Amino acid sequence: MTSVADIKADAEKPRRWGWWYVTELRLREMRGYVSYVVTSSFANPLMYLLALGIGLANLIPEGMEGVPFLVFVAPALLMSTILTVGAEEGMYPVLSGFKWHKIFFAIHATPITPGQIVGGFLVHLTIRFTFTAGVFYGFLVAFGAVPFASGWVMIPIAILGAFSILTPLGAYAASLDDDTGQFALIQRLVVMPMFLFSGTFFPLSQVPDWLEWVGWVSPLWHATQLGRTFSYGAIEPIWLSATHLAVLVAYAVIGGYFMKRAFVARLTR
Amino acid sequence: MSVPVIRAENIAKKYGDFVAVDGISFEVQRGESFGLLGPNGAGKSTTMKMIAAVSTRTSGSLEVLGMDPNTDGPAIRSQLGVVPQEDNLDQELRVRENLITYGRFFGMSHAAVAKRADELLEFAQLTDRAKSKVEPLSGGMKRRLTIARSLMNDPQMLLLDEPTTGLDPQARHILWDRLFRLKEQGTTLVLTTHYMDEAEQLSDRIVVVDKGAIMAEGSPAQLIRQYSSKEVLEVRYGSDKNAPVAKAIADIGERQEILPDRILIYSDNGERDLAEITKRGHHPMTSLVRRSSLEDVFLRLTGRSLVE
Repeated sequence: MTSVADIKADAEKPRRWGWWYVTELRLREMRGYVSYVVTSSFANPLMYLLALGIGLANLIPEGMEGVPFLVFVAPALLMSTILTVGAEEGMYPVLSGFKWHKIFFAIHATPITPGQIVGGFLVHLTIRFTFTAGVFYGFLVAFGAVPFASGWVMIPIAILGAFSILTPLGAYAASLDDDTGQFALIQRLVVMPMFLFSGTFFPLSQVPDWLEWVGWVSPLWHATQLGRTFSYGAIEPIWLSATHLAVLVAYAVIGGYFMKRAFVARLTR
Repeated sequence: MSVPVIRAENIAKKYGDFVAVDGISFEVQRGESFGLLGPNGAGKSTTMKMIAAVSTRTSGSLEVLGMDPNTDGPAIRSQLGVVPQEDNLDQELRVRENLITYGRFFGMSHAAVAKRADELLEFAQLTDRAKSKVEPLSGGMKRRLTIARSLMNDPQMLLLDEPTTGLDPQARHILWDRLFRLKEQGTTLVLTTHYMDEAEQLSDRIVVVDKGAIMAEGSPAQLIRQYSSKEVLEVRYGSDKNAPVAKAIADIGERQEILPDRILIYSDNGERDLAEITKRGHHPMTSLVRRSSLEDVFLRLTGRSLVE
């Protein structure tokens, strides 16, 4: 009989690299829908830029906050696109792994831990978000919507923003037994208002006072504002920029903690 | 005696007030084929999950390969092959890819998983479906793929939870043949089933489980010897007549079970008893003399049938 020490030594490799094996799996699965990822990554920015950046910008020749409207709205378009993808990835793909395809149970039957499943899931999404945000950023530059060289920092901010909404939703989705309309409700009552009232198309100060709180709690507003400082040097106090970053990190980290906890609870039930 | 690969002592699992497993104890030796037989809801799958180190037990002591599943889950799982009750193959991957990605979870190299996947596709008779999607496969093929997947890491022990539930007879026999080959190779098999023929085919030793507790333990032959008779005579008189006739022939055989659709007479000579019943003028609509089975053992122990 193999000794306990030998078995534990054998299990060392998956203990260290388990998260990467899960990433590998997700990348392989992505081959099945890679054309969707690529097409939407190119089509989304093009549509947004033509409709809002160019079309709407013509109606606002004076621009906004001292810059052309296209420049003002560009960081918001990038952030809202990536955050929306983040919200989607935090819902159905998570519940599906437990309920419909049960693939998380299959993975957990191996040396892989629930934490590594979450880790691999998030690493794969980092790769996917980097691609989508990178393509979007390329379009923004091509359309002359990013005056500052530091504009590329919007890419990591967008990824952080995506996780700030994905991990809390992922924690929630992992705790659900079934989707009886909760996800559609989240889309309509959380994601959509966030898109509309987060200072995306106009400054948050223009939103009625009683609605401003939506922006304050919205990861999209924090990500967009932070993006604007790097994209065109939007002026705001440093403490506010630090707050944007802190809020996004807090959402992502606390959400990630609860997401892992929900995975552990579900997989060891 | 060698060190057991599983040693369960009084293990229990509770979900709130519901007791799924109520303090069961058993041991499994290396190379043994061990079956947990019981009806749906008996606690078999929960027991299996605790052994597979994916469900934390509420109390009791459990050792799998000399380790505690509650603390050494990943190390234990690295040595197990698991065939769950419900197929959880990756529908987004092709047949061979399912094996490759699964092997990687055990830390196997890309070259090793490719070689092993091809060997196992051969074993599971799925080589010609290697590039197929999972969805169009038949139920039997999916099960065979799941078994092939569970063997990627060359496990010390294979856990099979209701391996042939939902399969047609031919697919079941193909699967049994594959499992029997593994048993011959010395793989420790632990299986749950509510099919007595499956338990008899594949298990050296069985524990009969009901309502989270163990009712009996032994080899299929021992259990039948201990809890049933050599033969069973089944007679049918029609659903409203079985009970009154049973009263009239109560002295025949060693023991009787009156079921809604038939009377079972446990006996050492079924033909002789059938002749006696006929002699008394109780001509059954149909009759059958058969060997005692684990179904009879279960009926004796619990007063209920395995498949309800």
